[in-house]
Amino acid sequence: MATNNASKATVVDIPSEKIRKDLLLPVFHTSRRYYVLVFVLVAIGLPGMFVYAYQMYEGMGVAGITRPVFWGFYITNFVFWIGISHAGTLISAILRLVNATWRRPVTRCAEAITVFALAIGAQYPIIHLGRAWLFFWLIPYPSERGIWPNFRSPLVWDFFAISTYITGSLTFLLLPIIPDWAMVRDRATGLRKRVYTVLALGWRGTPREWHRLEVAMRIMAVTILPVAVSVHTIVSWDFAMAPVPMWHSTVFGPYFVAGAIFSGIAALIIVMALVRKALHLEEYLKPIHFDNLGKLLLVMSLLWLYFIFAERLTVWYGNQPAEMAAFWSIQRGRFAVLFWTMVCCNFLIPFPILAIKKLRTIAGTVIASSTIVVGMWLERFLIVVPPLEHKYLPYDWGSYRPTWVEITITVGTFMGMILLYVLFAKFVPIISIWELKGGQHAKPIAETANAAVSPPVIRLNDALPSTNS
Amino acid sequence: MNAIYGLFPDTNTARRALTALRAACPQFHLNPKAIIIMSSEPLEEDGFGWDEQRTVMPWLAPFGALVGAGAGYALSAFTQRTYPLPTGGMPIVAMWPTGIIMYELTMLGAILTTIVAFVVATGLPNYKKRLYDPEVTNGKILVGVSELGSDCRAELEQLLYQGGAEQVKEFPNG
Repeated sequence: MATNNASKATVVDIPSEKIRKDLLLPVFHTSRRYYVLVFVLVAIGLPGMFVYAYQMYEGMGVAGITRPVFWGFYITNFVFWIGISHAGTLISAILRLVNATWRRPVTRCAEAITVFALAIGAQYPIIHLGRAWLFFWLIPYPSERGIWPNFRSPLVWDFFAISTYITGSLTFLLLPIIPDWAMVRDRATGLRKRVYTVLALGWRGTPREWHRLEVAMRIMAVTILPVAVSVHTIVSWDFAMAPVPMWHSTVFGPYFVAGAIFSGIAALIIVMALVRKALHLEEYLKPIHFDNLGKLLLVMSLLWLYFIFAERLTVWYGNQPAEMAAFWSIQRGRFAVLFWTMVCCNFLIPFPILAIKKLRTIAGTVIASSTIVVGMWLERFLIVVPPLEHKYLPYDWGSYRPTWVEITITVGTFMGMILLYVLFAKFVPIISIWELKGGQHAKPIAETANAAVSPPVIRLNDALPSTNS
Repeated sequence: MNAIYGLFPDTNTARRALTALRAACPQFHLNPKAIIIMSSEPLEEDGFGWDEQRTVMPWLAPFGALVGAGAGYALSAFTQRTYPLPTGGMPIVAMWPTGIIMYELTMLGAILTTIVAFVVATGLPNYKKRLYDPEVTNGKILVGVSELGSDCRAELEQLLYQGGAEQVKEFPNG
């Protein structure tokens, strides 16, 4: 009975006309606050672009990375954003496959995070290259340059994995937007109508179109799950395949995937709360959505603790001198503050908030998620930098300190991510209207089973009935 | 030849009109395939369009995946043999890394095939002027006949109204 009530609570019971009005409002109406927000984001983010141009002009010497720490903020950000990208597509695909009714207002918010986080994350290897105009050297194709990419390199695997993931995620995001774009097309006038007419692709909403869309979404959901897992596994192999202390670990694949889902869900909760507040979607993104995602986050917090304990215990028990140098620098050396901040952010603060039902409110889950996002960035930093400072040969040790250039570019890309999301919410209904309306038809299982008569099945091309009854 | 359609407020009235239209097909020499339905949300759960459910799309995806796997192997094997790197006596084409490339391109093959299959199966994009009414996205359900003889227009209009149509309109098919 409790399950039934919970399931009823997730079904949005709002008139269709109100759903359309509420969710299309941000597309048709632009407030002054919106322009101010865009201006602020551009103002904070733009220096990042100028500084990036400065780095390209001056060379990589202006960044803090130097021998032996050749990976710093940029690679940390790369891993962080690829992790955040696991929020959307993975969660959305799982919820679609298990047909969770409460997913409907959540999926598009989540899928958009994936695409934009991937777009931002994929820039970092190019920023890290220094000579960005040679980025195509990353693309493995036969050439006469004599630098044929080494298929044994995890960096080449990254190229394939991220390309596949971004293609799949973009498709997963765009396919269900088509009917909503058709809805905007039918209400728009002038230039906006012309733009949305092109975007809607001539969608009419015939049974054939709906069925093919749903089949395509099911196939995509099945396909994208293993891709999502493989992407972060391959990102972890960027580290695990290298003979660097604390990197060469078999647990890195699942450890990274768990961390990615963890940070992804946290990012999703923050975005949902902001969207809910800014676009007045309180009737659609309900406390139960935050409660359900909060429970998922709780599980992932425990899983994260398990992985970090397993990884560190193995290193400590092995007691190899080179590994212990890196280990102690993190546990009680110059990185100890960051390490224990990370533990607080990822477990000590969010665990009680998420475990106690009374605290697992919208505000509670947002506070927990905010600490987790910070904690997961710190985790990425601690994976990347301390081991590189303590390689196997002590004469090759060094230290890393980020410069203002790296910090400014990092801030710029964070603003870029928010800006992309804000623009997206302007051009696309941030909650899938047709899926939400479809959810109103979804009845709790017990109700469906008790239905005395099911609706007659209409087959257009069946043999015609003999009487017109 | 024109099309005629009615706009219905809910699935019950639309279903009633659809049943009546189907029953009237022999009387008015209508092709049942000319009956058209449009809605702003999928209505399969309400029993509409079940005959549209046969599709080869789920079979094409594994086929695309196989092609992707083959392409992955061909790309990595061909290029590694063409530009051999010193491998210290290890095989030029090693299965472990080649397997990763094959895996990713397998999934990419399935994804791209699904996109192409969706585009082909739905006929999108299609910007030609076709039977459609913007009221569909206001929640109305469109039920009509796309190939209409001039002799039965009035009867079909009456039939659609009797079914519960709020409006009956005609659309020039050109």
